[in-house]
Amino acid sequence: MDFRLNEEQQMLQDTVARLVRGEYSFEKRLEYSESELGFSADFWKQLGELGLTAVPFPEELGGFGGSGVEVQSVMTELGRGLCIEPYLQSIVLGGGLISQAGNDQQKEQWLGGIASGETRAAVGLQEPQSFYDLNDVETRAEKSGGNYVLNGRKAVVIGGHCADVLVVSARTSGDSRDADGISLFLVPADAEGLERRTYPTIDGAKGCDLFLNNVTVGAEALLGEEGQGAGVIEYQAGRAIAALCGEAVGVMEVACDLTLEYLKQRKQFGVPIGRFQVLQHRMVDMMSELEQARSMAILAASVADEPQSDERRRILAAAKNVIGRSGQFISEQGIQSHGGIGMTWEYNFAHYAKRLIMINHQLGDDDFHLERYATLLQAS
Amino acid sequence: MNMNYTAEELAFRDEVRAFLDEKLPADIAAKVKGFRRLSKEDHQRWQKILSEQGWYATHWPEEYGGVKWTPVQKHIWDEESCRYGVPRSIPFGVNMVAPVIIKFGTEEQKQKYLPRILSGEDWWCQGYSEPGAGSDLASLKTRAVREGDHYIVNGQKTWTTLGQHANMIFCLVRTNTEVKAQEGISFLLIDMNTPGITVRPIITLDGEHEVNEVFFEDVKVPAENLVGEEDKGWTYAKYLLTYERTGLAGIGLSKAALQHLKELASRRLKNGKPLIEDTAFSQRIAQVEIDLMAAAISNLRIVASVEGGGMPGAESSMLKVRGTEIRQAINDLARRAIGPYAIPFVEEELDLDYDGDFLSDKNAAPLAAQYFNNRKLSIFGGSNEIQKNIVSKMILGL
Repeated sequence: MDFRLNEEQQMLQDTVARLVRGEYSFEKRLEYSESELGFSADFWKQLGELGLTAVPFPEELGGFGGSGVEVQSVMTELGRGLCIEPYLQSIVLGGGLISQAGNDQQKEQWLGGIASGETRAAVGLQEPQSFYDLNDVETRAEKSGGNYVLNGRKAVVIGGHCADVLVVSARTSGDSRDADGISLFLVPADAEGLERRTYPTIDGAKGCDLFLNNVTVGAEALLGEEGQGAGVIEYQAGRAIAALCGEAVGVMEVACDLTLEYLKQRKQFGVPIGRFQVLQHRMVDMMSELEQARSMAILAASVADEPQSDERRRILAAAKNVIGRSGQFISEQGIQSHGGIGMTWEYNFAHYAKRLIMINHQLGDDDFHLERYATLLQAS
Repeated sequence: MNMNYTAEELAFRDEVRAFLDEKLPADIAAKVKGFRRLSKEDHQRWQKILSEQGWYATHWPEEYGGVKWTPVQKHIWDEESCRYGVPRSIPFGVNMVAPVIIKFGTEEQKQKYLPRILSGEDWWCQGYSEPGAGSDLASLKTRAVREGDHYIVNGQKTWTTLGQHANMIFCLVRTNTEVKAQEGISFLLIDMNTPGITVRPIITLDGEHEVNEVFFEDVKVPAENLVGEEDKGWTYAKYLLTYERTGLAGIGLSKAALQHLKELASRRLKNGKPLIEDTAFSQRIAQVEIDLMAAAISNLRIVASVEGGGMPGAESSMLKVRGTEIRQAINDLARRAIGPYAIPFVEEELDLDYDGDFLSDKNAAPLAAQYFNNRKLSIFGGSNEIQKNIVSKMILGL
């Protein structure tokens, strides 16, 4: 048993860490966030040049052939820097869906560009009514001649505002919450009838809702088998959960470090506030939450690329439940420990706190995954 | 990153399983799994079997009859023995006083006491806490005054677990009142049969006799029973506590208790359906199972780090807190699972040989009592608040 990264994995993580340290000061991040693009095109390009956007892809695509552990190493460092580039959406989810379900032609058309960072993908899997259930799909794809006509709305597509290609789920048969009958489509950003309502997110990134009004795509846009998208989506969402756990651990590490430092420096009543037992114990509770989250992130990474099974489902649901709760605890208690300064825009802690809460709103919150786990509990 | 056992470790696990399949008495395992009381005889019978196998003293050097297990092997033993329903080792002799004697004792003390611990001839208990010295242990007042080749001991110890069975007690006593509290403490080995010692039971809230008060009135203890140097006992006590803290998280015990809970919740009905299918209850079970999954990995990370030569520090204190909270949460759910039948306290059903009708579920009787009994988990071994103080000191350095 050895829970350390191997030499290659450590080198990978160090590479990302160096890049983030060099390019992602807190001030620069605010600039990136407020820009038209919503992140740093230059940083994204550097991720590509260093091969970091290619980490999960096979070697023939210039990739690293990396598994959940490698992806998590990258995500942890991006989390530490609070990076807002669409790594999760484009590389992990977009690239992942095409890798798993795509035919040779689709892979050839899209994956090289995604792996190098030159093409950006985003995924539209949620809908306004779906909450976190990715099988709740009301967007419809009707066959018309050799084409599909898509109508519906996809919700909170992070990175969708600037994506070159969108992978969207749409129903080709069945009722609105059936697993059967969900299909995946590759929709170019400039498709006629595709509208985007773009917005900033509260944690500093950008996203959009997608409106599909008679968007017509050819049969070559169908990704995977018609009606069989649910399993692919579930599998890739699982990989993304493991990646997100890695990001969460990075964010939590910095949030804990910042709080610990503040407890040592801030003086009230003539002493550092870290002398007060109530704050000491809160700090220990935060670090204990971080350790639990770290353990579950490791476990999630270990199953992320394994074949689908109830065991994999259970672990990923458990992991997302734990990081959702740990993240909220560290966020709230960290703000409280900082007092007023923790409430300000100009101090970096608040931005870490916001990201932690929003991670719980991506790919299912702790309640959603608790329910999912409980269902699997009965099945076992 | 490798979370698997090696081939050797797997072979060791097979060996443990084969041993337990063959040697663990079914009646003892049934008591442990059903949370029934174990008698002194049960403990001694099992200890003898373990000793014969050479697996009793896992913290001792081989020259004293110990077995050299790696941290991973100890972990495997812990997991398997909890799963099989092996009685918890009474730690006071083998895991607490013995490491202190081995590290700080004289050759005579080693020759005299270690074999008797191995054979089960001596049953040790711990004389640390006093009515006025709990978490603040260094404020202890039991006095030992040197007179010729003896110490005369006066005072009172409390919370002495299973002291009613013990014939030996190791005590922290005050030998110097002129210096700082920590610097005037000595570590004494005392024969419980010495005149002047009285043991009185403390009945705990669950009706059990598990802990005691021990009174010392002009008790004459030979000076050769001093371990190490006079006034240096605090150092030895701290050394002992590092042994006590390992394993206090009780991950294996929680896994066994959770399995028990799930079986119980599959038998109990609510709204005509098994309780485990009830939305609220199944989510409560799910939450504690998830938390245990995380704690189990945290535990493995500590095991792997110790295996690699690291020293567990803040992590094991944090895990003690987390692990005890989880076990208490499982006990809480087991009590809830029997609904109104948590209220009757049917003592005869605690007996495994009971052959009458069960008031409700066959395993219901001990559940409420066990819930109350295990409130101790977050108090003993350094209360959870003390654990947090320890971690604070390490990380804040203030």
